[in-house]
Amino acid sequence: MSSQVSTDSQGLLDEAEQGASLWQDAWIRLRRNRMAVAGGVTLLLFIILAILTPWIAPYNYEAQDLDLGASAPSAAHWLGTDVFGRDVLTQIMYGGRVSLAVGFIATAVALLIGVTWGAVAGYVGGRVDAVMMRMVDILYALPFMIFIVLLMVVFGRNVLLLFLAIGAVEWLTMARIMRSQVQSLRQQEFVEAAISLGLSPTAIIRKHVVPNALGPIIVYTTLTIPSVMLLEAFLSFLGLGIQPPQTSWGLLISYGAETMEEYPWLLIFPGLALTTTLFSLNFLGDGLRDALDVRGSKD
Amino acid sequence: MSLLRVENLEVSFVTRNGTHQAVKQVNFAVEEKQITAIIGESGSGKSVSCYALLGLIPSPPGRIDGGAAHFGERDLLKLTEDELREIRGSEIAMIFQDPMTCLNPYLTIGEQLIEPLRIHKGMSRAEAKIRAVELLDEVGIRSPEQTFSSFPHEFSGGMRQRVMIAMALINEPRLLIADEPTTALDVTIQAQILRLIADLQKHRDIGVLFISHDLAVVADIADHIVVMEKGEVVEAGQPNIIFNNPQHPYTRKLLAAIPSGEREQQSAAREALIKVRDLRTWFYPVGQDAPVKAVDDVSFDIERGEVLGLVGESGSGKSTLGRSIMRLAPITGGSITFDGTDLSGLQGSNLKQFRRRMQMIFQDPFASLNPRMTVYDTLAEPLLLHGVCTRGNLDSHIARLMDDVGLARSFIRKYPHEFSGGQRQRIAIGRALATQPEFIVADEPVSALDVTIQAQILDLLLALGKEHQLTMLFVSHDMAVIRHIADRVLVMYQGKLVESGLVKQVFDAPEQPYTQSLLASIPGAALTL
Amino acid sequence: MLRFILSRLLQAIPVIFIVITATFFLVRAAPGGPFDAEKVVLPEVKRALEAQYRLDLPLHEQYFAYLGDLAQGELGPSFKYPGRSVNEILFSGLPVTAELGLYALLIALLIGVTAGVFASLKPNTRQDYIPMSLAMIGICMPSFLLGPLLVLVFGIYLEWLPISGWGAIPGDKVLPSITLGAAYAAYVARLSRAGMLEILSQDYIRTARAKGLPEWLVVVKHALRGGLIPVVAFLGPAFAGLLAGSFVVETIFQIPGLGRFYVQAAFNRDYTMILGTTVFLSSLIVLFNLVSDVAAAWLNPRLRSQISGGGK
Repeated sequence: MSSQVSTDSQGLLDEAEQGASLWQDAWIRLRRNRMAVAGGVTLLLFIILAILTPWIAPYNYEAQDLDLGASAPSAAHWLGTDVFGRDVLTQIMYGGRVSLAVGFIATAVALLIGVTWGAVAGYVGGRVDAVMMRMVDILYALPFMIFIVLLMVVFGRNVLLLFLAIGAVEWLTMARIMRSQVQSLRQQEFVEAAISLGLSPTAIIRKHVVPNALGPIIVYTTLTIPSVMLLEAFLSFLGLGIQPPQTSWGLLISYGAETMEEYPWLLIFPGLALTTTLFSLNFLGDGLRDALDVRGSKD
Repeated sequence: MSLLRVENLEVSFVTRNGTHQAVKQVNFAVEEKQITAIIGESGSGKSVSCYALLGLIPSPPGRIDGGAAHFGERDLLKLTEDELREIRGSEIAMIFQDPMTCLNPYLTIGEQLIEPLRIHKGMSRAEAKIRAVELLDEVGIRSPEQTFSSFPHEFSGGMRQRVMIAMALINEPRLLIADEPTTALDVTIQAQILRLIADLQKHRDIGVLFISHDLAVVADIADHIVVMEKGEVVEAGQPNIIFNNPQHPYTRKLLAAIPSGEREQQSAAREALIKVRDLRTWFYPVGQDAPVKAVDDVSFDIERGEVLGLVGESGSGKSTLGRSIMRLAPITGGSITFDGTDLSGLQGSNLKQFRRRMQMIFQDPFASLNPRMTVYDTLAEPLLLHGVCTRGNLDSHIARLMDDVGLARSFIRKYPHEFSGGQRQRIAIGRALATQPEFIVADEPVSALDVTIQAQILDLLLALGKEHQLTMLFVSHDMAVIRHIADRVLVMYQGKLVESGLVKQVFDAPEQPYTQSLLASIPGAALTL
Repeated sequence: MLRFILSRLLQAIPVIFIVITATFFLVRAAPGGPFDAEKVVLPEVKRALEAQYRLDLPLHEQYFAYLGDLAQGELGPSFKYPGRSVNEILFSGLPVTAELGLYALLIALLIGVTAGVFASLKPNTRQDYIPMSLAMIGICMPSFLLGPLLVLVFGIYLEWLPISGWGAIPGDKVLPSITLGAAYAAYVARLSRAGMLEILSQDYIRTARAKGLPEWLVVVKHALRGGLIPVVAFLGPAFAGLLAGSFVVETIFQIPGLGRFYVQAAFNRDYTMILGTTVFLSSLIVLFNLVSDVAAAWLNPRLRSQISGGGK
């Protein structure tokens, strides 16, 4: 009998109609969203530029031209030069490397800690969950912005610390989102079905929980990057973030603000770079939220 | 002259994916002091037709393309929004399906109740309150004064629906539109609310337009029945004519779908496959002193090869009982013996061994399938996990499962969201059968489905049960379904087993008062079953 | 309800305690003593100074002494401005920052809620897109960029408004308030739009319409309360954000408020000042979070009755 069935089922997959997975549907929806696509493309462009900066930057990062001083945008210096005669475009490109790196790395730190923490709390549940989330609640209530300022003051301003400090703030929300996802997924009937099939907890998490929790995590990650970049720029603006000789968009804006009366391009161009990036990330995040049909914002 | 006469109503929804005609050339009427019922399944356009009359469909995407709705001298479809608003809540009032979500949780019941009086009649707050309290009393709310200043969350679904009815009637409307007003309620409450609507209609001489998916519900109260399918009226007439001599094939299908009759039952005592003894599932909510006794010292046997019906209202603990047997809910006391082995302490691979032999079918086919797995993956998972087959002959096994549950093989690479509710339930049944179990818990497997689909799935379950010699625990709130499918029945109330016996025994001669009231509440007494 | 507030207060106490402890030890762990930078300090003078600031005591004794001072509301003397206590400096800056924050909050709420509600009434039309695009700009235009740009345009090019100070020249409060409030107006607009959309799709809104309520009453009476709960809950985080924002805004506009003092203290390594300000601001933030939590819970009758029912 079984041989008959197997000839019967030959080409089972070949003849089958191809279904569209939720990811494919989401991708189609995302592509229809013009703002999100524009955001994604811009972002990609900026990332590529940031990676290639050492090779394609028009001038040497440290090159000064004190005779030239601050000059308005021209053919030689598309975005002008600063008071030391340094090319603004070059500065912005190098600053972008730092700003984007802070944004992505700190978010990655937050993602790693937060997702793990939230997944464990949500899946194990019970007392472990209560203790873990209580810790998050307490940390949540701490005024972190002030704390980061304090950290930067006390330990000097180094980039590594900045990553850690920002990552340490942002993981809390990530943990909350992941936990609520896992918790609601755990009660879904398809997870119960998997339990009654006898799947092991790791298999359930891998095959049934994680793929379904991914949507909100992707969306929130996309929206965390801009807020991290803002935080870095904020600190750098106050002189508490990135320090010379390194630069970042926040630091460039801060210099620009000091001399904006005479040399407005020193404020406007770095500002434009930062704002454009933030726009791109936010539009992409909003687009992903709609495309992946993620409801609610944070909790 | 009719109170309301709808002629050639056309409604469509304009979306990005094109225009969908939801209501096509629909005609019906509500006579003065009579009840007209519109019957149809989801997507039949029955609700849209009624909402369109009062300008309550969201626009866009909704659009009224044509027709007329004569209400007295006026054509409702030609009125301006302001004129319609004058009519809503004064001359025509509505009640809705889900009383849990239809009252504003942020306002007191009294505040919501007097709104129609204040707006349409300009009554003072004090005057309106007197009237509201009278009416609360009339719809059967025990302490109307107190209720007036309470918030909706303090009341059960049935009580809230009474409040909704009071709110609808407060301006003495001439027409009441009731959109599935009892669907979300338990069967005993449903019977009370139906009686209340029928009584009020008689005493107040109002016309009622009653929308329902359930022929049995309207059978007892309607003076006139309109059957809708896919946006069109397919049949209309007096109830006795519709029931006894249906003309349209769809009406016949609807009637045939009403679960009826009993199975031929085998009463010979058989060997028990599962023995449940003093089973206790208590939950301890955080911050509460008293435990919630969802299942409280329950003992019974499930015999090999039988379909055991488990019936009860919401909160009776029937689902928890099923889930405890499946080891999905905690067991806080007692034992469950499966084929001689106590399941309550099993862990790890020992438990997994038994998981293969017992499977579950869940209520909500939209939630019980992983949305990110194709049918193929969903069915392959249990097959491979339990070594039912090898990767080599996996395809043939999946093909056979698809055939078994009546799904076209070409669907194999599709995802759950691409299927209808009935098709999804078939996939879920296929997954449950994949491990070749001996025992299946079916937890309300048809209550989320349309009536005609319900009948198909029930038949499928019965056929598969016979073919694979399955033992089944069939959990349901629907007495008619239990009667149709089960050999024996258990009745649960507040976590306890109150009555058990052969279906025939229990249905013909219920011993316990609770069972009697359950049976008395089954709608459709007018339908001679 | 009282019990709920009390239990929240009890939760807030450990938080404030952690803040105090962490801040204290962080500041003490900072490399270099506070007087190392002073050029020539005689050992005796240094010793006297250290005694005055209790730096000669073992660390844990310093800590307990500090806690003791705090319990009496005493934040200690400033390192940098001998003779002035941290309390004095704080309370000279507080009214200014409070006023600035209040205006910014008012701007955020008035503009944000109006825009958000307005947008939610006609989703996916121009009435939605225009305010929401502006909100997006508000979110992507941080205060440290918006401030200088506003100064450039309205202060320097157009010369309409003064570009620095607080309360000295008429109109000098306009630009700082807008700079600080803009981003929060944007957040509030997005939150209230989302909240209103959620509520407007509820069944009970349909019930209200079926009763014949005019649309404005449906919105104001039935939708607004539920729709704005997220905004109320956001007030706590917003307050923390406004305080942090005041660091930047007060620096840009040279406003003698708490934020500017804090940044200056950070640069001067005025440790007692940093410590005192951090503890003070943190406590304010924790308190405000508490208030906004309680307010949001109070607006929901279900939560309210659960809370009043003995903290279940």
